[in-house]
Amino acid sequence: MSLCSAPRPGRALRQRLSGLARPCPAAHPPAMGLLSDPQCRRALARLLLRLNTPLCVLSYLAGLTWFLLLPALAPRTYLSENAMGSTMVGEGSDLGPRALALARDFGAHKRKVGGMPVEWLEQTMFQLGLEVHRQPFSRTLPFPDEAHERYLVRGTNVFGVLRAPRAASTEALLLLVPGSEGSKNNQAVGLLLALAGYCRGQVYWAKDLIFLVTEHDLLGTQAWLEAYHDVNLTGIHSGGVPGRAGAIQAALALELSSDVLTSVDVAVEGLNGQVPNLDLLTLFHSFCLKSGLLCTFQGKLPPPEGPSGPGYAQSLRTMGLMVLGQAGGGPGGAHGLFLRFRIEALTLRGINSFRQHKFHLGALGRTLEGMFRKLNNLLERLHQSYFLYLLPSLSRFVSIGSYMPALGLLLLVLALRALDLWMRLSRSDEGEGDPPPEEARGGLLWLLPPILVSGGAGAALYLLPVRGQAVATQHFPVGEAEAVVLALIGIYVAGMALPHSTHRALSGGGQRGWMTLKLLALLALALLLTCLALLNFSLGFLLGATLVPPAAAVRPGGSRLPLAVLLVLTTPGLSLFLAVLLERELLEAPAGLGEAWQRFLGALGQGLLQEHLHGAHLSPLLCLGAYPCWLLLWNVLFWK
Amino acid sequence: MSIERCCGNNKTMSGHFFLIAEKSKLYFTFQDQAEQFFRSGHTNNWAVLVCTSRFWFNYRHVANTLSVYRSVKRLGIPDSHIVLMLADDMACNPRNPKPATVFSHKNMELNVYGDDVEVDYRSYEVTVENFLRVLTGRIPPSTPRSKRLLSDDRSNILIYMTGHGGNGFLKFQDSEEITNVELADAFEQMWQKRRYNELLFIIDTCQGASMYERFYSPNIMALASSQVGEDSLSHQPDLEIGVHLMDRYTFYVLEFLEEIHPASQTNMNDLFQVCPKSLCVSTPGHRTDLFQRDPQNVLITDFFGSVRKVEITTGALALDRDVAALESNYFQFDVVNN
Repeated sequence: MSLCSAPRPGRALRQRLSGLARPCPAAHPPAMGLLSDPQCRRALARLLLRLNTPLCVLSYLAGLTWFLLLPALAPRTYLSENAMGSTMVGEGSDLGPRALALARDFGAHKRKVGGMPVEWLEQTMFQLGLEVHRQPFSRTLPFPDEAHERYLVRGTNVFGVLRAPRAASTEALLLLVPGSEGSKNNQAVGLLLALAGYCRGQVYWAKDLIFLVTEHDLLGTQAWLEAYHDVNLTGIHSGGVPGRAGAIQAALALELSSDVLTSVDVAVEGLNGQVPNLDLLTLFHSFCLKSGLLCTFQGKLPPPEGPSGPGYAQSLRTMGLMVLGQAGGGPGGAHGLFLRFRIEALTLRGINSFRQHKFHLGALGRTLEGMFRKLNNLLERLHQSYFLYLLPSLSRFVSIGSYMPALGLLLLVLALRALDLWMRLSRSDEGEGDPPPEEARGGLLWLLPPILVSGGAGAALYLLPVRGQAVATQHFPVGEAEAVVLALIGIYVAGMALPHSTHRALSGGGQRGWMTLKLLALLALALLLTCLALLNFSLGFLLGATLVPPAAAVRPGGSRLPLAVLLVLTTPGLSLFLAVLLERELLEAPAGLGEAWQRFLGALGQGLLQEHLHGAHLSPLLCLGAYPCWLLLWNVLFWK
Repeated sequence: MSIERCCGNNKTMSGHFFLIAEKSKLYFTFQDQAEQFFRSGHTNNWAVLVCTSRFWFNYRHVANTLSVYRSVKRLGIPDSHIVLMLADDMACNPRNPKPATVFSHKNMELNVYGDDVEVDYRSYEVTVENFLRVLTGRIPPSTPRSKRLLSDDRSNILIYMTGHGGNGFLKFQDSEEITNVELADAFEQMWQKRRYNELLFIIDTCQGASMYERFYSPNIMALASSQVGEDSLSHQPDLEIGVHLMDRYTFYVLEFLEEIHPASQTNMNDLFQVCPKSLCVSTPGHRTDLFQRDPQNVLITDFFGSVRKVEITTGALALDRDVAALESNYFQFDVVNN
């Protein structure tokens, strides 16, 4: 409906419109715009104030509904890169027996050496005809976690380069197996070596192929990547990488611990919620369809074709798992570390479940061969397809243009509320005439302590647990990792007691005080969520979905209990716990509270560790961004 | 008329002959034989074969061009009269699992790259500017002879182009285009500079017919692999090499040309029938309204081959008895002219 006539319609139309318009009288200069006409502005302001709460609720629900509808309306994936072409390539390899033999050899030598059999790997790769190099590295962990159980971790990466016979070594493709302790990933190493031997016999390589076996899983991969690109992002000490093969165009990480497999699970989310170019995933999916290999995503089977209730539920679950994985921001596999360097990468996990139909290693070998052959045809980096998307299944995708309005609608709630507060504040400005000088000055001064205290609490939450772990181990009779996590929880809860402490020292501020504080909190939250929308949409959406209702609703006075309960339920820490529960639920392996609590503690530890090891952003964002915003709202609630 | 242009020599011998012929009854026999000899009006053949697309997945365009090159060489046009422009090197591309070969058929029997390919414009030299300069002859003086189209007004020129095209344009190397208007103007320049006798233009791209819509110079016949709004399709997907080897239209044209030998009497109407819609999926088109002769009378070898007509005479020709008088007249004229 139009509140004011538009500036330039014909006279008859204007008269008709002015007849329709109720708030705005017809007698006003026709050339004025909607917002510059003071009467119209007042009318709009009145409307906004009157309808604020319904609009907020509507917007919030619309955002959630939009998100929930995404899996139903997702289009099919398609291959955009012309160079990866229309024809499939025929694969000629049968790597199964060779791979198994090499895997057993590798396992035996690993047991004998008690770690990574570097000499045997070097010798085998050399015999296959690759140019072999080793790269030692060492890393001081911030605190020893259960995987490593010591502060200093040392290891050696081994990699072999297959030089392209007729091309300059300007570009490369990478196959990676993260080597782990025990008998994990032995078959993957066997398959890697068998594939290297096969590829050595082909003449059609236009890019170099690098076959990399890392030690200590992600630590080794990070060390190799940093040394290869000659950067120092995470303070790792590594020997240089002598054999360089040009810019890496694409990488595949392989994890396989069984002789036969029933399916291949593909991991897409990487560090900080980044994902590889959709073309790489579509290429893999098309190979799966061609070879009949069963490919799963997030551990879930592909939903049935055609619109259906169970299909929609399956798609929603899969997309929900991807959102949770992205929000967590951890590298979902070795591939996650490559995305920061804009190297498109996927992790392929061979799964051996109880299904009847088993595939031999040869099938996976042929898929890898085909993928490398297709990637070999690339002339430029993968850039034609989407870089930001959500996947309800392997064959359907939701592009950023489709999912962003969901977060936009959530942010609209914050904008409406902020406008509402601003207008009320400016109205009380005009209405009171001359406000008493101390209160006007005081209005701003009373804001400072809550802001400083919230920021300080956030900084304490970010810095103290890891730096003060010596103190923590004295207080809590547990290992360092647990001590750090418990210290984190302790500081978090202590922050919640702050409003009472600060308010005992200060008082006053009044109505304007809390409204201004809430306005600032809303703006801070909106800023945080907008930045997150671009950096890590999933994290932004989850934080928005939990924090926007309390941010909009909170006010001191009246019955504080329901609002306090709402605020406590939506605090970032508890949201993390609920996210862990939700993840277990979506994986259809629901966890009891006890198990969920253990996982939650583990997730906290991992979050802290990943921030130091890989530069993950979840910890700083929650500690320095979301937690202070939440504390400000908590302060508003307990305003005197 | 035709008796004035004789022996491929544009000098003033025509004047001499005319003078002699006036005095000789052999005039009419010569004219008949000469007319039959130079039925098509051309004395030399040229070919300009252009492949405009690069990158490995456009293997088929290079194979197309090389197939036509091979046929044209086999039928007699020498390398010195062929300007071959290939925008990329497929045979020696590192991605080629069979190096130094370019195949046009899945069975890999025919290596169209062969042993003696002479590429005149290669790789980044294939640009719209170079192509137009070749056609119009506006070439810098330092250009080597093999890169020039040294045609004259008695040359029949075959121009074959392939690549990616659209409605009214042909894409050169991913960075520029040539429009049908530019091409028509280039041909008009050629006509005004008397650089061709007759021209056959074949194009194998998507919406190829749009490229010959704008021609307005005489003596041009054009063929295209598809109409406006249609795509030309590729053929022969090969799993070993991993690309499509040929385009449909040129595949069937090559098959047709393999049957032609220098003495063939097959005419253009047969070429128009090559690749009907059932085989080509797109509808090939042609344009003959600018051409003066009836396509029925135009031999394939008029454009695709360089046929040197040789007639062995068994009998002796009786010249005028008064040889001395003829000779004296000749030398007199010669003296007068010199």
